[in-house]
Formats: sequence, structure tokens, C-alpha cells
Amino acid sequence: MLVRIHVAVKPHVTDTPGRKAAASVKSALGLAVDSARIVKVFTVQGLDDAQIALAMERGALHDPVLHDVSLAPLARDFDWLIEVGFRPGVTDNEGRTARETLAVVLGLSREQAGRLAVYTSTQYLLAGGLTAREARRIATDLLANELIQRFEIRSAAEGPDIAPRAAEVHAEGVSEVATIDIFAMSDGELLEFSKANTLALSLAELHAIKAYYTRPGVRESRAAMGLPPLPTDAEIEMLAQTWSEHCKHKIFNARITYRDEDAGTEEVVDSLFKTCIAGSTREVRAAKGENDLCLSVFKDNAGVFKFTDEVAACVKMETHNSPSALDPYGGALTGIVGVNRDPMGTGMGAELLCNTDVFCFASPFFEGELPPRLLHPRRVLEGVREGVEHGGNKSGVPTVNGSIVFDERFLGKPLVYCGTLGVLPVMQHGRPAYEKYHKPGDAVVMVGGRIGKDGIHGATFSSEELHEGSPATAVQIGDPITQRKAYDFLMRARDLGLYSAITDNGAGGLSSSVGEMAGQTGGARIDLSKAPLKYPGLRPWEVLLSEAQERMSLAVPQDKLPEFLRLAGEMDVEASVLGEFTDSGYFHATWGETPVCCLDMDFLHDGVPQMELSAAWKTPRCEASGLPEVADQGGLLRTMLGRLNICSKEYVVRQYDHEVQGGSAIKPFVGVKLDGPADAGVIRPVLGLERGLAVSHGICPKFSDFDTYWMMAGAMDEAVRNAVAVGADPDQMVGVDNFCWCDPVQSEKTPDGAYKLAQLVRANRALAHFAKAFGVPCISGKDSMKNDYTGGGTKISIPPTVLFSAVGIVPDVNKCLTSDFKRPDERIYLLGTTWDELAGSELWQELKLAGGNVPHVDALSALSRYRALFKAAQAGLISAAHDCSDGGLAVALAEMALGGRLGCSVDLAAVPQAGGGLVDLVLLYAESHSRLLVTVPENRAEEFERLCNGQILGLLGRTGGHEVRIGRQGRALLSEPVEALARAFCGTLAW
Amino acid sequence: MNQVASLVITGYGTNCHKESAHAAKLAGADRADVVFFSDLCAGRVRLSDYNLLIFPGGFLDGDDLGSAQAAALRWRYMTDADGRALVEDLKTFFDDGGLILGICNGFQLLVKLGMLPALGGDYFTRTASLSNNDSARFEDRWVHLRANPASPCVFTKGLDRLYLPVRHGEGKMVFESEAAQRAVVDAGLAALSYVHPETGEPTMEYPYNPNGSPLGIAGLTDPSGRILGLMPHPEAFNHPTNHPNWTRGASDPLGISLIEGGVRFLKDG
Repeated sequence: MLVRIHVAVKPHVTDTPGRKAAASVKSALGLAVDSARIVKVFTVQGLDDAQIALAMERGALHDPVLHDVSLAPLARDFDWLIEVGFRPGVTDNEGRTARETLAVVLGLSREQAGRLAVYTSTQYLLAGGLTAREARRIATDLLANELIQRFEIRSAAEGPDIAPRAAEVHAEGVSEVATIDIFAMSDGELLEFSKANTLALSLAELHAIKAYYTRPGVRESRAAMGLPPLPTDAEIEMLAQTWSEHCKHKIFNARITYRDEDAGTEEVVDSLFKTCIAGSTREVRAAKGENDLCLSVFKDNAGVFKFTDEVAACVKMETHNSPSALDPYGGALTGIVGVNRDPMGTGMGAELLCNTDVFCFASPFFEGELPPRLLHPRRVLEGVREGVEHGGNKSGVPTVNGSIVFDERFLGKPLVYCGTLGVLPVMQHGRPAYEKYHKPGDAVVMVGGRIGKDGIHGATFSSEELHEGSPATAVQIGDPITQRKAYDFLMRARDLGLYSAITDNGAGGLSSSVGEMAGQTGGARIDLSKAPLKYPGLRPWEVLLSEAQERMSLAVPQDKLPEFLRLAGEMDVEASVLGEFTDSGYFHATWGETPVCCLDMDFLHDGVPQMELSAAWKTPRCEASGLPEVADQGGLLRTMLGRLNICSKEYVVRQYDHEVQGGSAIKPFVGVKLDGPADAGVIRPVLGLERGLAVSHGICPKFSDFDTYWMMAGAMDEAVRNAVAVGADPDQMVGVDNFCWCDPVQSEKTPDGAYKLAQLVRANRALAHFAKAFGVPCISGKDSMKNDYTGGGTKISIPPTVLFSAVGIVPDVNKCLTSDFKRPDERIYLLGTTWDELAGSELWQELKLAGGNVPHVDALSALSRYRALFKAAQAGLISAAHDCSDGGLAVALAEMALGGRLGCSVDLAAVPQAGGGLVDLVLLYAESHSRLLVTVPENRAEEFERLCNGQILGLLGRTGGHEVRIGRQGRALLSEPVEALARAFCGTLAW
Repeated sequence: MNQVASLVITGYGTNCHKESAHAAKLAGADRADVVFFSDLCAGRVRLSDYNLLIFPGGFLDGDDLGSAQAAALRWRYMTDADGRALVEDLKTFFDDGGLILGICNGFQLLVKLGMLPALGGDYFTRTASLSNNDSARFEDRWVHLRANPASPCVFTKGLDRLYLPVRHGEGKMVFESEAAQRAVVDAGLAALSYVHPETGEPTMEYPYNPNGSPLGIAGLTDPSGRILGLMPHPEAFNHPTNHPNWTRGASDPLGISLIEGGVRFLKDG
């Protein structure tokens, strides 16, 4: 029996979510509604009338102080009713909590509870003169995402009655294992087969698979294990997943012929990853010697480094771009809870410390025509914001750093970078806790959520461009609470020494997690029929490949297994034994007795043929345009402060908990009114210690169109200087690189692939050069290589984008710095040289300029400057520090002034400049790197200057007054009240 | 002097247990043990071994069904190893003179259990609730607070102004009736209020009052004064550098001072 229980706030209680919905209809769609009210509907299956009545009497699903509850509809006085619920199989977190709560309140047995199901939906009761078409538009463009949700609309005349409907997956169990006759297919058919099944396998890879099945002995050994000579569906799927660009980073491991057409030279790069990334890290570590912080790099789910002698920290950043494009909320939510599982699965498991997130969107004020299947950027921004809010806040992990970058090309694919830091003991149970210790014979155990069809083909799907027919199953919704419960249990199990290895289930699901762990022992055997399912109807290969969230895979020694499972049960966490690790040399999966998959471990992990690619570089040439005369410099500064890439992101950031766990030392906002921007976040990972970690990042895709070499160099410098600006030690830092590229493989649909690949090579070369120059090793990273959109005859490729994150040690958090001016009559110094470098800058974009010089980085002089600054900060000589980045010197000064609600007088004549003769606009807005502004109290100035002996620095002026006054040798350029600048900075996204 | 043994209960989405235990130690508690709700069900931990109970902040059950709603029902209908409803253990703990502090989500839990405001000493009937912020948003921001000198609350005794972070989406007090609200105020149970930073008076002005709570109510106590629940997070101000303006030389009493009040009360017997 299906029963609908309706819950609505009592008439005298404010319906805040309803009010918010009405406001969104107006702001997002421009439709006038008078009001909106909300009724929550719980469709309950598996309870009798008496039980329903008792549940209502006991207030199981409603709060008697706030709500009315009723079996009859509570909707009245509406013009339109829109009810939005989930499609079958989509994660319904509130439905899960409702089911668990009903079971507790009614005292149901386990068996009774097993028959109980609850599906939630939300009714929006709209009042106002809307047409049927407008009501439908509100449903499709705002309230529901039809990929994951369904809706019903009722007019006032139709009334509020809606028949109960379960969002149940109706499917029979299918244990069939199909074989695929790849030998009967022509090359064209093979490629067609790959595309039709979202396998993303190339012809060379399909040929390698064919070759494996014809190897001598393979047929016989398969027969011995009951497998047919032809590959099974599970095997093809597992190979496609393991070999996907997402998992194998084939482009980063490709053999690339790089031709420099400017120089007329050609050379071969054998794996960008091995040479530029891992190679530079190895060299940095060797050069650091005893001072090397790294403990575990590139081999685990996160990179691990030393925080103190006893405590290690780890860091990982991921992207979740493709899912976020289709369902911004679910995509971002799974992005953040997904990357949380990386530290959880690092070494023997780390505790979660903090999150960071960086988003790249098109302008939320976009007014053009949207190509098919793309969502409006404002909807993307809102959905991603909320997804990260729920993922981070509900998991109890503070979001300490981030930013939002805007470029029109992110319309094609938004970029959603999510990162997590964790802490773990350096040693535990007498051995390093950042390693894994599983052996043949240890049980394969899956812990956490159940498996559904969600997320199938996530890894291969993200290895393709986004198109009109992209699969909806790649989208899913995370469940932070199920994951939190699993995490609580796992941390206790770790401390009790109940398991020998742990890893997360991300892309590729069990095939990836167990497949990778089996690499260490030399094999595994699992029975897929033992995996708990959300609903029946999954084929064995789907169980193996599903990317359903909130799951960890563990190795548990047999003698610890009973205690492990007992503790899981006690803590209300599902743990299932699937099989055991072996040293057979095979990854072997069955469904009960039926063989499903048996693949040679070496072939699985190393059988993918190396890609051969060509890259061709030619420096883009473009005449530099002249600079206009600016009559109103004050007005220009205000305009610049309001630009999307500069303005305050407080609207987004305030909705993230940035201080849970109690260690917050530098927060995202600083200054008198807490609306000035901070350069980086600082936390105390261990509450009893004064030692901290600074978390910062650099990202500047705006320079990619000129030269990705300098884009990469700029991102790295920006990350390091941001960390230094808050007080991190430049000599104790580690980095993480996250590449998001447009498809760089030359083909019919990517005719400029060779150039895009050359851009990738150049960015990697910069990474290697500047990692070594700054002494900042990359300890983890990730790439996402197919960020293109095709549809409706349009192709949109994102600008090549690298997020470089830095984590720096802060020896004493009490010496940290913030950007806001502190007191009047303090000296303002600018450190570093300003060059004629406007290309790509915010001013360049604002004035629609062309050509020019892209900012370069001189790492050696920068590092010496950062060391001097760190020393001065340790000596307590500096009262404020801020880096010059987007918007250059003028914006940085304005931000310091508005933070401190304190003006300044500055003379541009004192700006250290290259060559001399730079015009005002360049001095004000050039985005030359490695520059920092600091304030120094008058009585510390002499010591500061002595400490900075040999550094490039200029004494620009002093703090004081209520205006930012900038002049040049007596000629006044602008004088703007600090309050006016604050309004300009805060106004753009003040939603 | 009596020993102060504090117990911090976590699980099912609670997430501020670590800093809450740290804060209890800094406040002078002799012990601060963190346990899971499941430990109570399993009988591994007994409330009777403690005299200061802390329900920390977090997202019990993800705020599904409303903050702490599912958890309140779990306390009411689940049993300990001896088959006693857990809520009975809680009642005994309180009747034996224990102190209870609920922070943010923990406060929401106490209110939904009916332990606050417990007008007329009716400890397990829900007469109030916490609803969505008027801003319709979860927000993390610092607020100015003032302790009610007329309140019987033992935690806030001797305290005047505080500056603490709030981090919630459902912090607006709703009473079952106007009369209940009046009775709470008259009995001095509104232990803490959001105040305007300049006037120091309770305020309805956003964002000083971050959620639109009537009369600026930020925290409640019970008639005995031994239970305190509040939306702001005292445990998140456990170090001078937690203050958002510490680099400007700003200093306010640490949030620890609030817990110290409870510890002092227990130590002095």
C-alpha cells in the first residue's frame, strides 16, 4: 500500500523555503509570482493504517511545533501546484532518513524495516498570474532537473489530488554474463561498438585486447576457470574503465613528438607525467635532502607530507566537471564527498581536515542563446554552490580556501575543482601509517553505501566530450551522512588496527578499487553476488563497474574479520565481504558460481598501448593595441573592483562553514567589517599546537591564449605568493597540480589538437622549471582532458586551465598576516618589479585590448623576496600583506584599504618598474607576478628595510584618511572614498 | 573539589566533537571523552560515569526532516543494553545533578527532545523548535552576544558580552505559542541574546541577529539552569587566533569561558 503523508508549516510559521523559491522564480526566470508555499510529501510503502497513524501521532516525519501533518492534501489557495520528486533509482537522502526514523519510531524488526520504503517529493504552491507555459518553465528551468527528477503540474481547477507513486526501480535480477565477439567486428564496427557503449576505447586499444585473447595459453587458462574464449561484457567494461583517460592518464603518459615551428626544432617527450611532474618532484626532493617534507607521492589516493615528526598531512584535488555540467548540484556534491574519500583512503586512512574548492563558470549574467543541453551559468553556479555547501558542511569539513574564475568559454563545461586535506599519524601500530599492508588471504570488504546503476560509465564518460546524448546514469547525488557514518567507523577501526589496507571507490567502482589493491598482492577473487544492491536488476558487470558513492574497499586480515564486522554492525554501517586478495596473477570475479571476469593483472594494468601524439607550437602573434586615455580613473577603479573575476564572492563563501573543527586562524574574510579578501586560509590541524598549515592556490587561464608556459608559471607563483602573504614558510611547501584541458588529440573533430597538445607540453615544462626553482614539489595531481562541448552545431572548448594548489607550513600561527590596513600613518611598500605586462589582464579584458606582453615569472628573484618577507613577518615587522594579482596594484591597494576601512596616499613614481616610462594604466593594472604590498609601522621601517637589503622594493606612501589617493609625482590620478570602493567590490554578486 | 568528567556524544552526522572535547579540557574538565551514540546503545559507556554532557554541533542525519528531528526520535525510542529507553538514562543523568550543554545542532536536539526550555519543569515535551533562518541560508559569521544576568543558567553566570561564530541554517527560535515565549522570557530562560555591537541591546537587525530569532534569542536554559543550549559555537573560539580580527589586535573572552562556568559550578559542588 502506498500512502502520501503531507507536511506543511503551520499558518503562523514563516515558510522560508517557500519565500526563497518565490524569490528565485523572480530573479532567475524574471517571472512574477505573488508567493510560493511548500508542502513536503512522503510517499510511504510497507506500513499499515495503524502504523501510519502511530507514526503521525509520534511526530516521526513532522515537527508538531512547526508543522501540520495530513494524509489529505494540504495544498490550497494556489494557482499552480508543481510537485517535484526523484526519478526511480536516484539517491533520496531524506527518504532514507525518513525510512530509518519510521523504523525506529515504530520499533520495526529488521525484516519489517526491509520492506519499508519512503520516497520524498516537494510541492511548490504558486500564487500569481502565470500561464500554463510559464508554470512549466518554472518546473523545467528552476525547480526540477529532468535528468534526475520528475514533476507533475496541477492548475487550481485541477485541484491538489495526486495519486501516490513510488520512485521504485522495477527490474528483475539479471545474472547473465554476455560474451562479445570482437573478432567478428571490422575496425569500423569495433569503434562503433566502443562509442555506442561509452567505452572510449581507441582502435589501438581494441587491437591490444584482441591480441590478448589470442595469446598462447590464454584460451586454455580461461577454459580452466570456466570462462569462454571470447571476452565477457565485464572484461571489456573493466578494461575500458581501467584504461580510460580518466584512470590511466594516457595523454600524460603518451609519447609526444613536439615541434616548435618558431624555432624549427623537433623533439620527443616520453611521458609528460614521468619527465615533467614526477621528474621534477624527484629532483626537488633530492635537492632538499634532509629538509624534504614528502612521505608518499603519486602512488596513493593523496600525496602525504610531514607536518610534525608525529603528524603527517595529505592532500588531493579532483575535478568533477562533466557531472556538474549535467546536474550542478549532484555533480558538485559528489565532487566534494568524493574527494573526501581520497584522504580517507590514503595510507591506512586519514582524518579529514579541510576542503578547498575552485569553480570556473561563464558569467551568471549571460544573456545569449544556450546551446542544447547546456544549463544557464547562473543555474550552474547556484547548483554547484549548494552542492559544495551540503557536501562540505554536512561532512563537518571546513572549506578554507577557494575562488571563482569567470570566462565565457566555461559555458561549454564548468570546471569544479574540489580538494581535501587530511591528517594521519606518521607511525601507527609500529609502522608508517602512510603505507598499506595487505597480503594474499586478506578479505576484500566493501564498506558504506550500496550499489546501484548510478555512476555507471563515469570514468569513460568523462573521457569523452560532453554531447547531447551523454548518459544520465553518469549523474548521481551524494549522501554525506552515510559517508560520515562510514568514516566514523573506519577511523575507529584504523585505530584498533582492524584492517591492513584501504582505498576509495571512485571512478570505476570495485573494478578500480579492488583491481588496484590487487596489484600489490598479485590478484584477487571476488563474488559480485555478495555486494549489497540498492535495488535488483543490475548485471554482474554493472555491479563491478558502478560508481555508486560513499563506498570504501578494504583488506581485512581473516583473524580481524569478525571484530571488524561486529564493530561495523554496532555502528550502523554496512560492511560486506566480497572475497579475498590472492597472488594468482589474475583479477577473478564471479557471480555465485558463474564466472564473470578473469583478467591477467599485468595485462590489466600495463597492457594499454602507449599513445603516440604530435604537438606543434607556434607563438600566437597579435599586434598590441594602444591604450585609451582614461578621464575618470576613480570610476575605472570602481568598475575594476566590480568585475566578476575581482569582486567579492562573499555570497558563496559565507554559506560554507569555514571554521568547523576549531582550528581556523586566517579566514576567507578579513578587516574591520570582515569583507576584505584573504590571500589564503590558515588552520591549526592539531588544536594543541601553534603550528599551522596555509592553503592557497593560483589559477590564471586568462594567460593561456598567449602562452600556456607563462600561464602555468603564473599559477604556481600565485599559489606560492598567496601562501607567503599569510605567513607560510616558502621553504616548507608542497604543491598539487590539476590540469583541465580541451581535447588535445588531433582528429577530425579537433583540427587544432596539435596546437592544444603543444600548449599542454609547454605548461608541463613550466611546471617542471618552476617546481624546481621554487623548491615546491608536486605531491599529487590529476588531469581532466576532454573539456569540450559539441551540440547544436557549436563546439566550445574551455581555455586550458591549471589549478595549482600550495600547502605551506606556518611555524607559528600567531605570526600570520592579513591584507587589511591596520593603522594610519604606516608605510606602504611594494615588493617586486612592475613590467609592461597587460596581456590577458583584467584591464585588458575590461578595455577589450589586443596583443601585448603576458606576465613572466622570475622565480629566483621571487623566491628571495618571499624569504625576506617571511623573515620580516617572523620578526613582527609587517602589519599587513597582500599579493598583487587580478587587477594589479590598484585593485590590491583598494582591497587593503576597504578591508581596513582606512585610506592611503600613494605615489606611482615610487613603483619599481622595468625600464621606466610605463604609463599610469600599466603601473596601476599590469598583472606582473611576484609582487606583494606590505605595510610597516614607522618605528619598524628601518629594521624592515635593513632586512630587505638587496630586494626590489618601493616606498609608495602611507596609510591614512578615508580615501584611496593615488597620484604620480604631484599629479592626482584618483581619490576614492574607501566606502565607495567597498560598495563596488561587494555589489556585483550581492544576491 | 569535585572531579569534572565530561562526555561528548557524536555519531550520525555530529561533527564538532573533537573541538568540543578540546574546549572542555581547556575549560578545566578533568576528563573529556568522545563516544558514539552506538557506544551508549551497546552499553559500553554509561552516562552515570559523567557529570557534564556535551551535545556538539554538526548535521545529525543531514538535517533531513528538520535539524535533529531524527536524532531526537532515536533518543526517545532506542534502548540501551538493558532495554531501557536512552532518554531514561538522560533523565536520570539530569536528575542526578549533571550538567548538559548543547551547541548548535546539539541545542536543536535538546529543544526537540523537550529538555529546553522545559517550562514548569516538564522536561520531555517539545514546546519550541528551531526553524529556517529568515535569510533562507546557512551562514558562517561571528555574532555579538550578551548573557542574561537574570538567568538561572550556571554556564553564563558572571559573563557579560561574548563574540562567537554561528554556522547554521536553522537557528530561528519558534515557540508553540506567544504565551510560551513570554513565559520563557519571564523565567529568565533566554540565557543568551544576539545584540547590536554598538548598543549592546538584543537586536532583530540582520546580520547581527543572524536568523531572525524573536527577541534576539540565541540560547536557552532550563528552570534549573543546569542545561544550556545555544546556536553559536563557543568551542570554535578556543584560541586567540580563532577571532576573525585577531590580526587587528582584537580580543574578546574565549568561548571557553562559557564552558568554564559549568566546570566551576561542578567543581564547587
